[in-house]
Amino acid sequence: MSKRPELDAVTGVETTGHEWDGIKELNKPLPRWWLNTFYVCILWAVGYWMVYPAWPTLNGYTPGLLGYSQRETLAREAKAATQAQGGLRDLLARTPLADVRNNPELLRFATAGGTSSFQTNCAPCHGRGAQGAVGYPNLNDDDWLWGGSVEDIHKTIEVGIRTEQTNTRLSQMPRFGVDKLLSPEEIAVSAEFVLALSGQAHDAAAAAKGGQIYSEQCAACHGETGKGNSELGSPNLTDRIWLYGGSKPEITESIQTGRGGMMPAWARRLDPVTMKAIAVYVHNLGGGK
Amino acid sequence: MKPTTAEREALGDALAALSAALVAVLGLYITFATREPAMALHGALLAVAAIIGGGAVFSFMNPTEDRPERADYVDGPIKVATIAAIIWGIAGFLVGDIIAWQLAFPALNFDLPWFSFGRLRPLHTSAVIFAFGGNVLLATSLFVVQRTCHARLAGRWSPWFVVWGYQLFIAIAGTGYLLGITQGKEYAEPEWYADLLLTVVWVTYLLVFLGTLARRKEPHIYVANWFFLAFIVTVALLHLVNNASIPVSITSTKSYIVYAGVQDAMTQWWYGHNAVGFFLTAGFLGIMYYFIPKRVERPVYSYRLSIVHFWTLIFLYIWAGPHHLHYTALPDWAQTLGMTFSIILWMPSWGGMINGLMTLAGAWDKLRTDPVVRLLVVSVAFYGMSTFEGPLMSIKAVNSLSHYTDWTIGHVHSGALGWVAMVSFGAIYCLVPWLWNRKGLYSLKLVEWHFWISTIGILLYITAMWVSGITQGLMWRSYDKLGFLQYSFIETVEAMKPYYVIRAIGGLLLVIGGLVMAYNIWRTIRGDEAVDLADQPRVAAAPGLRLQPAE
Repeated sequence: MSKRPELDAVTGVETTGHEWDGIKELNKPLPRWWLNTFYVCILWAVGYWMVYPAWPTLNGYTPGLLGYSQRETLAREAKAATQAQGGLRDLLARTPLADVRNNPELLRFATAGGTSSFQTNCAPCHGRGAQGAVGYPNLNDDDWLWGGSVEDIHKTIEVGIRTEQTNTRLSQMPRFGVDKLLSPEEIAVSAEFVLALSGQAHDAAAAAKGGQIYSEQCAACHGETGKGNSELGSPNLTDRIWLYGGSKPEITESIQTGRGGMMPAWARRLDPVTMKAIAVYVHNLGGGK
Repeated sequence: MKPTTAEREALGDALAALSAALVAVLGLYITFATREPAMALHGALLAVAAIIGGGAVFSFMNPTEDRPERADYVDGPIKVATIAAIIWGIAGFLVGDIIAWQLAFPALNFDLPWFSFGRLRPLHTSAVIFAFGGNVLLATSLFVVQRTCHARLAGRWSPWFVVWGYQLFIAIAGTGYLLGITQGKEYAEPEWYADLLLTVVWVTYLLVFLGTLARRKEPHIYVANWFFLAFIVTVALLHLVNNASIPVSITSTKSYIVYAGVQDAMTQWWYGHNAVGFFLTAGFLGIMYYFIPKRVERPVYSYRLSIVHFWTLIFLYIWAGPHHLHYTALPDWAQTLGMTFSIILWMPSWGGMINGLMTLAGAWDKLRTDPVVRLLVVSVAFYGMSTFEGPLMSIKAVNSLSHYTDWTIGHVHSGALGWVAMVSFGAIYCLVPWLWNRKGLYSLKLVEWHFWISTIGILLYITAMWVSGITQGLMWRSYDKLGFLQYSFIETVEAMKPYYVIRAIGGLLLVIGGLVMAYNIWRTIRGDEAVDLADQPRVAAAPGLRLQPAE
């Protein structure tokens, strides 16, 4: 109910005379500091509008006195960042991969850039130390599916493995079990033979039978001696390095399904210099040929 | 000839029953016509709700029961919304805490699609903002508008429809998220059919509110109602514009938003920021303007300030959205406007804080004796803090560090937990004894516990996110001497882990606090004798049970 203004006993301030469900209001002025700060904020905004792009117009916007443009700022900063690299980026672009290691400064630059990009793009699968995991090759050793020269590594990065690119690294081991190319018994003895190839404990009689099958079915790609062939992307079966594990059940599973992992074609995502830097970094990890 | 009251009521009953029948038919049609199991579920939910609603209209229609000339207030729907707020609140805090632990320990996703972070995150945000916050707003606005207008709620079935229709919307939206149904707009994830349901509910809400204002017996409209009305009207507008989409078919959950590219982003953040401005700010300022003066029994500090900060807040908030899109494809001029209006918004926001805090002039001692007052006042302090932090983060130079980091998450939660949740807790503790006609709360001591558990939880949460966010921002922008990024993304994630654990512990405290509140409220509603009635202020009791102050 609207009543006549009354004095609030506690503060000595007049009320507005309104009352709602027992709630009254004091007739206090706006706090000075509050109002002044509000005005300052408005003035600051008006000033900002004068120097920066601010208000839309019929055919554009007010550009502001500073001529600021986010796009130009980005272009300028990117250029400055490139210049700060002292031409090393251009030099890396020009230098053939094999020659990078002959220029210590360029090698340091490429390794730093390669590390940075590797950590962001490659580490999720290959690991922060490039140590790999089951299904993801370790890049520190000298066992290479598709070749360990810096050019080979670079090509693998560029075209990926089993991607949609026409020039991708492509190999496909047959699914001997799934497609019933071999019987379970044949697969079991073949696995024994592979155990023998890699110098592990095995059943000699079974391995002898498996050797027969190996010569007919596997040797074309893995080679008569089982050393593999990086031209075909076929792994060496005589060492203790296994992408999918070297125990009998794991080898059996590999023969059964053919495996075949996939790596993206980075040429679609990374610029040429970055791919070169990653190739140099990976090549230098220790196993490069 | 003017229809008699009885005739009007009969018409109202008939229309309510007819609408329920039509909605039930629609729900059944969708259930059997669709090829999507999720849509069949939602059609069935709609049909079941409509059948129950129609049944309720038939069982409770009583021509003499509910006349506008009656002096008492319509509190039934308010009670429903109050209880719903508590239940959804605990559910929302719990889901939030689960996803906080998932961020620290991803194995907790358990490889279950419906339990994954991606689906639970919108469930959390919607549950706390719309289900918890929304029900608090429904309860308080419908309560306050009646008391301050001295009028019964307008509408016979409409207030009930608003409250139960809103719960149905929550159920459809929430189950949709778990089943993977989303239109992918932050805070506007529900698909087109849930949006339509909400539109009907919301327009009814607006009409009920306006109708009650029109019936008022007070000459002026109280400031709390300005804020509630601004909240209802603007949310309707935001909802309609941002959700404009074309469904694939009436039996499909999928729809396509009509905007594309940067226009879509701008519309989304115009919506997103004003969801904060009008849902989580204007509405809750309405709560503040009623419950603080009411609980501390002091006049509002300044009428003039309430007018000036109301209109400036309403005018300025609507411009601030582009600050969510700094350094994106959004044109420079739009970014400038978003930033500068955010800065100008600082003082209008603080106007509300000043009016809330200074209303305690002459009653500051109540902070010590009444934890409900403390909840309300600390919420206003958090409001002041986050409305300073907001403009600060809208400055492009600051934003270039803070954007996309956990700092933003911390900022949101200092507002959402510190301001929205705390003021809601305070309001609920006031409301329940008043609504259920009790002499006070079951236990003021438990409110004290709730206050401290929540406050510590909030502080753990926001300090962890400040440290984590700034660390993250600095790591993302550090380069080595040769100009390469110093840290890979995963290294920045690893650096966050301790803070994610601290944040999850803070969230757990909020869940525990919510359970303490639920227990206390349950005992109060049940009518158990209060354990510390002597410690409770006079206003804790329902109006009819209050001792008159000694003159």
